Amino acid sequence: MPQPLRYLQIFATFARNSLIRDMTFRANFLIEFISSLSWVFMNLGFYILIFHYTPSLGRDTGWGKYEFFVFTGTALMINSLAGMLFMTNADNFGELIRRGGLDFVLVKPVDTQFLVSLQRVDWSSSGNFLVGLGLAVYSLRCLGVWPSPVTIVLYVFYLLCGVVILYSLMFLLAATAVWLGRNETLFDFWFYIVSFGRYPMEIYEGRFGRPFRWFFTFIIPVLVAINVPSRFLVQSIRPQSLEEWLLPLYTIAATVIVFAVCRAVFQLALHSYRSASS
Amino acid sequence: MLGTLMRFLPIITQIFLWGAVFSALPTGNGSEGRIVGYSYHDMVAYYLLTMLSRAFSSMPGLASGITREIREGTIKRFIVQPIGLLEYLFFYRLAHKLVYYSVAIVPFAVVFYLCRGFFQETPHGLVWATYIASLVLAFLLGFFLEATLGLLGFWFLEVSSFLFIYMLLSFFFSGHMFPIDMLPEPMATVVKLIPLQYLAYFPAAVFLGKVQGAALVTGLLVQAGWVIVFAFLAQVALRRGLRHYSGFGG
Repeated sequence: MPQPLRYLQIFATFARNSLIRDMTFRANFLIEFISSLSWVFMNLGFYILIFHYTPSLGRDTGWGKYEFFVFTGTALMINSLAGMLFMTNADNFGELIRRGGLDFVLVKPVDTQFLVSLQRVDWSSSGNFLVGLGLAVYSLRCLGVWPSPVTIVLYVFYLLCGVVILYSLMFLLAATAVWLGRNETLFDFWFYIVSFGRYPMEIYEGRFGRPFRWFFTFIIPVLVAINVPSRFLVQSIRPQSLEEWLLPLYTIAATVIVFAVCRAVFQLALHSYRSASS
Repeated sequence: MLGTLMRFLPIITQIFLWGAVFSALPTGNGSEGRIVGYSYHDMVAYYLLTMLSRAFSSMPGLASGITREIREGTIKRFIVQPIGLLEYLFFYRLAHKLVYYSVAIVPFAVVFYLCRGFFQETPHGLVWATYIASLVLAFLLGFFLEATLGLLGFWFLEVSSFLFIYMLLSFFFSGHMFPIDMLPEPMATVVKLIPLQYLAYFPAAVFLGKVQGAALVTGLLVQAGWVIVFAFLAQVALRRGLRHYSGFGG
């Protein structure tokens, strides 16, 4: 069997097993499902309230109410995918190292990073994804613009780039568990950094905003993860400068680079792994 | 310490978010745009102040700790030992807050110093006094409210769903994301009637001079009233609960 197909099959098995596991504790699954949805709705309530008072986020940025909701829908989709596929696994990685469970992963004839990253799928986050999708579709309908098939293809592509960027940052931090032992604060750090990307990058304006935006675009590319795909859908956000034309191209490069760095650090971490006494 | 400093990171996004919101407001006759009487500076100052309110009023792990003691049966040491559960927890919490914030005051001070530009006028003596009083009351209210919730564990054994609803409601209605004046009617009226606003909104509004004169006095009295109500409820719940209690676990 060709390699990619084999990996796909392994992933399908992981996904199925996780679903079985989630369905075994159905009540717990339902509670987690509902509780993560409630947070989403609370946040949406906050945004609706904001747009009760302001016509748009920032003067002449084009981020009106529904444009912003397309953005938020995209953010929800990207974040929930990252959460669903990788979050539990990243959490678990520290445990694998502390208890020496990584030994059993290392001996398997499958790529270690793949195995560590995707072993568990957290299905309870799937509700957030659906809400995000629904929100984006609904907002597009309110805006009265339907993206062309090409736009949709580009959108999905950049959505996946966004997920890869978030994944890479997450496992970059998770890998440091090998050296640090405990790294829970680092996870909070990931969460806070990613939350910078929850708003359109145009809001980072002014003397402090500009350098801030630059830093989180070019050094830690969290701002492009959600902004770039969203812009494809929202037509009123037209690229105005050369810089903005180049942004989608840059995003591809950023995705590749940040993933490569993550991969390299992860391999380095595996080499430093000394197992744990059993 | 690094953890505390990190908790301030969302401020950055909030400052820029409000900046963007206010920059898009229509500004008539050269005056600064305002939302329900809050200017941009007020809004950011408000956000920072609610972080301070919550430093006083939030009680991480209090309710769930009480329920755990009930469930695992360790609560019976309070029956045989000559210490009251509520008194013990209260002084434990007080000491914890004192120690924690004697360290965490450094990052708080740094952040407030960096953001000092958002505070346009420092309040005078009397406002300071009422502000500090409302913070102390916020601490008491937070304590008794969560203790009451935790003591419900005598009847339900698992209160995490109550706690979740409480957390969700206080996220929105204690005003720690935005001033509750922003809520549309009739929600605003309802929210003003329930005690959650005294956990975050009220102290901050006092500091910013949004509550003045008679409203200030009434507000403070109502806040104190809620403290008494929940202190009473907690006592009743504890007494009734212990009678109901059947001592699970070893």
